[in-house]
Amino acid sequence: MSDQPKPLWRPHIAGVLLGLGLLMTFVLTGHGLGASGFTTRVAAGTAHVVVPAATEANSYLGPMVEDGRNPFNAWITWEVLGVALGALIGAVSARRFKWSVDGPTRMSKAARLGLALVGGIIAGFGARMSLGCTSGLGLSGAATLATAGFVFLGGFFVAGGIIGTAMRGLWR
Amino acid sequence: MSFPLGYTGILSGLFCGLVFGFALERAGFASACKLTAQLRFRDWAVFNVMFTAILVSAFGLWLLQITGVMPAEEIFIPTTYLWATLLGGVGVGAGMAIGGYCPGTSVVGFMSGRIDGLVFLIGIVAGTWIFAGAFDAMEPLLEALPGPEAQTLGELLHVPDLVILLGLTAVAAVVGWMTTKPAQRA
Repeated sequence: MSDQPKPLWRPHIAGVLLGLGLLMTFVLTGHGLGASGFTTRVAAGTAHVVVPAATEANSYLGPMVEDGRNPFNAWITWEVLGVALGALIGAVSARRFKWSVDGPTRMSKAARLGLALVGGIIAGFGARMSLGCTSGLGLSGAATLATAGFVFLGGFFVAGGIIGTAMRGLWR
Repeated sequence: MSFPLGYTGILSGLFCGLVFGFALERAGFASACKLTAQLRFRDWAVFNVMFTAILVSAFGLWLLQITGVMPAEEIFIPTTYLWATLLGGVGVGAGMAIGGYCPGTSVVGFMSGRIDGLVFLIGIVAGTWIFAGAFDAMEPLLEALPGPEAQTLGELLHVPDLVILLGLTAVAAVVGWMTTKPAQRA
């Protein structure tokens, strides 16, 4: 049927495209891809609107907003907009775009959204501890063969694997 | 012309991101179900996609380095702070197991229409606020046990980069062979 979603790419094919894109990024900019650098700027920008003085005084977020600085003025902002655009093109062209709530199939939609919020908070906090997330440290760091990238990936897969396995009963 | 090219403007960001987002979507990483299936060890796509991408990029960077086109000093190599790097990985891994995504894939999920991807993104921002509030108190932990600046696995283990690359290739090949056999696709 023509309205069926197209199949996903095989993992190694998608991995080659991702690797070439990452290599291109290093050649163009000298650094890799990222994501949580942008969400940190969103955190600084939104906090600055709500509590300007406290944000400027904060030793972590302050440097991004003090002296009239625009926290969004950075390469990572455009990169994440590009990620969103590329994902949207990918989803629409494969007929995979669909409003939905993903998550453990045995839970209500409200409970899934609650888990997504809690997971996001933990991941957001973690990514600031390690100065990077799965993209910036796990993928881009490991591509430079940095010890830090592999230390991060070790923590990521061990913790994720233990909690994921413990939660497997919630999925079908 | 010297490498890296130093193209850090709007078009560079948009284009690099576009390839990244499109590849993640084609891999199926817009789906919390698919992503967390790796953490239940039922689907090895996350591992296979990531390690293939790491190897393609790492071999490319290595070739550019040994041919003298792009010296290693010119690219950003992160530094380990043992507790912060490890616990950060634990947090991002736990966050994915619980919430279904990591920061990058939550953007991809949202752009495929997944509301939980958007909620996860909001959670990341909230987690960043909490981190910022606790930053001063946590600074000693965050700076504990720093490794040598920009250290690579080859420097840590005192072996050439090529040995590391071949070792990683062997791991990726064995896992790829064990996890993409037709019998396990079902």
